[in-house]
Amino acid sequence: MPIKIENMSHVYMEGGPFEYKALDGINLEIQNGEFVGLIGHTGSGKSTLIQHLNGLLKPTSGSIEVNGIKIEHKSKQLKELRQKVGLVFQYPEHQLFEDTVYLDIAFGPKNLGCSPFEIEQRVKEAMELVGLDYESIKDRSPFELSGGQRRRVAIAGVLAMKPEILVLDEPTAGLDPRGRDEILGRIAQLHKKYNLTIILVSHSMEDIAKLVDRIIVMNKGKIALDGSPEEVFRHAKELNEMGLDVPNITHLVNRLREAGLELPDNIFTVERAKEEILRLLRGGFND
Amino acid sequence: MKAFVLKGGGAIEPIVKVQEAVYKYTDYEEREITALDGVSLHVKKGEFLVIIGHNGSGKSTLAKHINAINRPDEGVVWVKGMDTRDESKVWDIRQTAGMVFQNPDNQLVATIVEEDVAFGPENLGIPPNKIRERVDEALRKVGMEDFAESAPHFLSGGQKQRVAIAGIIAMRPEIIILDEPTAMLDPAGRKEVMDTITYLNKEEGITIIHITHYMEEAINADRVIVMEAGKIVMEGTPREIFAKVEELKALGLDVPQITELAYELRKEGLDIPADILTAEEMVKALCP
Repeated sequence: MPIKIENMSHVYMEGGPFEYKALDGINLEIQNGEFVGLIGHTGSGKSTLIQHLNGLLKPTSGSIEVNGIKIEHKSKQLKELRQKVGLVFQYPEHQLFEDTVYLDIAFGPKNLGCSPFEIEQRVKEAMELVGLDYESIKDRSPFELSGGQRRRVAIAGVLAMKPEILVLDEPTAGLDPRGRDEILGRIAQLHKKYNLTIILVSHSMEDIAKLVDRIIVMNKGKIALDGSPEEVFRHAKELNEMGLDVPNITHLVNRLREAGLELPDNIFTVERAKEEILRLLRGGFND
Repeated sequence: MKAFVLKGGGAIEPIVKVQEAVYKYTDYEEREITALDGVSLHVKKGEFLVIIGHNGSGKSTLAKHINAINRPDEGVVWVKGMDTRDESKVWDIRQTAGMVFQNPDNQLVATIVEEDVAFGPENLGIPPNKIRERVDEALRKVGMEDFAESAPHFLSGGQKQRVAIAGIIAMRPEIIILDEPTAMLDPAGRKEVMDTITYLNKEEGITIIHITHYMEEAINADRVIVMEAGKIVMEGTPREIFAKVEELKALGLDVPQITELAYELRKEGLDIPADILTAEEMVKALCP
């Protein structure tokens, strides 16, 4: 399900006193199986962009195609597309409403008209994907689960629709480090094992650095940077000007480089920093 | 009667005293949950205290005890000498200890920034000309004076949180409790809020109790406490706490990235200090 966006703009309240251009001439292609991090400060256009991916919003001008389907007006194809592009909003657990975890996750497949057997299969599978034990949790109320578990129920509800593209808006906001690692680990697995195309919106440069293959940086409704983490995190100054940052460890490596340590300029995880520092120092000792 | 020992010395009475506090509630399945399990804590006036711990460890419950949203089932909580169980003191306590929450959108009530900031002092019955003074002063202290007449929904997340903080400052509190105020913010917003909190602590002498999952935000604190299952399980300076990488990881918590790197390098046999917290210290250790 490749995504192809050409010269797309979106204007809110066009012609009114509060007219606001949220997207300004976006050109973007995302291929099947890519793991993309989408970053940008609040108001940069990230949320507007992702709402175009399954047709919740339509472009004011320009075009967007997902899997060859043009998103422009109501059509049967758009309904089909919404199953294929799963959107997980911020704080998705606020949208849980059923009495049991099972019913909540089954809601989507039920609306798709799946058979009871198919629904059960999908619920089981979705719970497994997010690491929730089916037997012990399915009959519980979502409201008595922990915050991290509730969020995984909400994500399972989207996965039960069997999407081919999964878009997650700040999936770890408000979670503690353990809850965060659980969710990110599951997301990484979905990408690796099932080759799902994943678009991850996050304010945590550390999380982004650990996971994605490609980073798209949005600023003032435009794409400001687009490349591998190595390429994007080289632009510390520009990112800073856009209200963003590089991972903390990259700041440290830059300081070490200034102090004369000959480290590469493309380190953005603790693991890499460790390897490179050891290589450098041990190499030095061997001389 | 048990005697109090003041941590960090000094003869000044602590501004917050929590003594053997126990707090229980019943969940959806009628199970009894002990959210605070015998917590004792002193907070000194002017201290910058950070509380970490995973979700459900009791951090927020403890914070809510300090401005009398919750009251202990057993034990006592005193705020500036006032017992939080004393109903007649509730408003004095809440004026002394203001609280800022995670979601900026849930805290702003008015349609104009300055009206939002005026909400607290109005409720305190302050005369209108004094309210003006307090609102201007509060907005200045958080660096939002240029936005006095803006509508809150046009502000960024970091700006909204600063307005929420201004709303508390306008009540002239001595303590500000912040419950994950940066959790929903982008990096620039996080920095704005942390700079504001630091300013209020260092320049205005306001006691700060800051709850966070971002370990980097704890580095400059005077003291860090770690909560687990309703108890305080670790306590010390940031340097003392973050040197205990394995203990923290076992509790499901992080350490700052720089400390983690120092820990990993030491494991590989590199001779560097275990309690490195900042880039400067790492540079010094690696480039002598």
